[in-house]
Amino acid sequence: METAGETSANGVLTISDLTVAIHGKEILRGVDIALRPGQVHGLAGESGSGKTMTGLAVLGLLPHGARTTGRIELAGRDLLSLPAKELNAVRGAEVAMVFQDPATSLHPMLSVGRQLTEHMRHHLRLGRREARERAIDLMRKVRIPGPEEAIDRYPHQFSGGMRQRIAIAVALACSPKVLIADEPTTALDVTVQAGILRLLRGLCDDLGLAVLLVTHDLGVMSAVADEVSVMKDGLVVETGPRGQVLREPRHAYTRALLDALPENAGAETTGTEPSEGEPA
Amino acid sequence: MSPTSVPSKDQDGGAALPSENTRRGRAARRRPFVRFLVRRIVTALLLALGITLVTFLLTNLVPGDPAAANLGQRAIGDPAIVAQWRADHGLDKPLPEQYLIHLSGVLRGDFGQSQQSHRPVADDLAEFVPATLELAGAAILISLVLGVAFGVVAALRRDRLSDHILRVTSLFGISVPTFWLALVAFYVFFYRLQITPGSGRIDPGMTPPPHVTGLYTIDAALSGQWDVFASAAGHLVTPALVLALYTIGLLTRFTRSAVLEVLGQDYVRAARAKGLPARVILFRYVLRSALVPVITVAGLAFGSLLSGTVLVEAIFAWPGIGQYAYKSATSLDLPAVMGVGLVVGVVYLVINLIVDVLYGVIDPRVRIS
Repeated sequence: METAGETSANGVLTISDLTVAIHGKEILRGVDIALRPGQVHGLAGESGSGKTMTGLAVLGLLPHGARTTGRIELAGRDLLSLPAKELNAVRGAEVAMVFQDPATSLHPMLSVGRQLTEHMRHHLRLGRREARERAIDLMRKVRIPGPEEAIDRYPHQFSGGMRQRIAIAVALACSPKVLIADEPTTALDVTVQAGILRLLRGLCDDLGLAVLLVTHDLGVMSAVADEVSVMKDGLVVETGPRGQVLREPRHAYTRALLDALPENAGAETTGTEPSEGEPA
Repeated sequence: MSPTSVPSKDQDGGAALPSENTRRGRAARRRPFVRFLVRRIVTALLLALGITLVTFLLTNLVPGDPAAANLGQRAIGDPAIVAQWRADHGLDKPLPEQYLIHLSGVLRGDFGQSQQSHRPVADDLAEFVPATLELAGAAILISLVLGVAFGVVAALRRDRLSDHILRVTSLFGISVPTFWLALVAFYVFFYRLQITPGSGRIDPGMTPPPHVTGLYTIDAALSGQWDVFASAAGHLVTPALVLALYTIGLLTRFTRSAVLEVLGQDYVRAARAKGLPARVILFRYVLRSALVPVITVAGLAFGSLLSGTVLVEAIFAWPGIGQYAYKSATSLDLPAVMGVGLVVGVVYLVINLIVDVLYGVIDPRVRIS
């Protein structure tokens, strides 16, 4: 494991020795992860291993009564010890988040335009019209058809995949440096998943975003991640470049996870090229 | 181990409603709300018709002879006088015909003659209904403001002292009988402490404000008679608070649970992740969703509030429809009873219509289906 000093030199967000306890129960037991600009860092592991908690801890969104130790460093500041007001200025503006289920993570009674512009107006102090134009650009960027019309619609008028694109646009609105994507494709149809992953990968490359991709799906991981960390029982058991971790796992648990995948899933995919090359 | 393949085309199934998207645009988005409104209003009118039938049938099913209740001892012994009286009041005709006569009268604003006051029922109603609406309206306003505020505070400070106090107090508000509370309030605040004015709508000797709406506070304010306004408002406060206590308790509890449920929603966490200020999250994200069940309950509570006025009006000598209904019912003054029933039914209908429209205003999924 690298030391904190080394990683913070080239990482945009560095989590070191993070522990989280909720009502006395230890959920994370010393997690180290470094995110770099333009790279997707995959965080794998089974349910309950602490993947989601790691993501939530970065934004201070842990459930009530959670206690943390360790350090989450962003541009020289420790997010864990930041006063509430300053942390609120980081949320959405420097670190943004995309949640698992786009059916519930957008407010059903607020128009898509409102949800895309409100934090831009708050963080970037944009005027109404300026924010709206920017929102339309964002919707174009995440490939929503007819953004000028779509902006006045409500979430229930979009399909699941489109909603997740909107949620990604919301996350990107204030040009954050770090994007935390918590199982962004799990609630979507398999056919839709690929489009969302491609979009994330592209945004990461184009905008130099550092992405923390939390997923239990090693297939998803292998499609887009540059770096992979595997978690078990609140600890990162293995970290390394994708090819190395997925092809020559050093830890027994990683091997067990890989073995648990259906045999030769590539052969029975939807018919499109089963490439594993950089899907740029 | 094999990778999830990434197809080259950037399609994900849902090219959201393309045709509607381009051609019909804005107009199509507005029209469903108008259609929704029209449908609700038509339903309300049909229900109003149903109310006339029900009030008519129920009042006629009541055992008891209106003639006996209204004619003197000696007159009742003379069959000719009784028959004459029944003919005068149209009671000798078959029931369906009586209903049609009643209905055509109602449509012309004629509710018949009160056998008690010997005035047209419509005139009586015009005099008493505004007093009750002022009392009930003030009570529901107080309950909405306090009930929602208390509920939000209790939810945000869950399991802390203020939450416990509010929960116990709201339970008290729900359980205490209104008539008892009215008596105690009258005794304590007027008789012992002498900090509230006595019975009636304004101080004795004061002339009521010129009639515009029939609500003394509003009429006084409209005509700029601030002394009358102060008196009317002073007289209104205690009975309105007494009447409101039950609904305050009810709304506090409903708001608390609704807000707690919404606070656990994903979109509230997403709003926090966007770094929105807490105030914006509370008002724009949490309250908007939580108000839907609260509005439903408030609409229903208004009904119980109207029935609660009968006792409160009696204790505070408030010349409203509750007192009028009581007097008419005990003297079997059928036209008056039907008039009251109809008015209360229609008020209830209007409240429900308002609630339905508010759903549409708050929730786009109701408006645009």
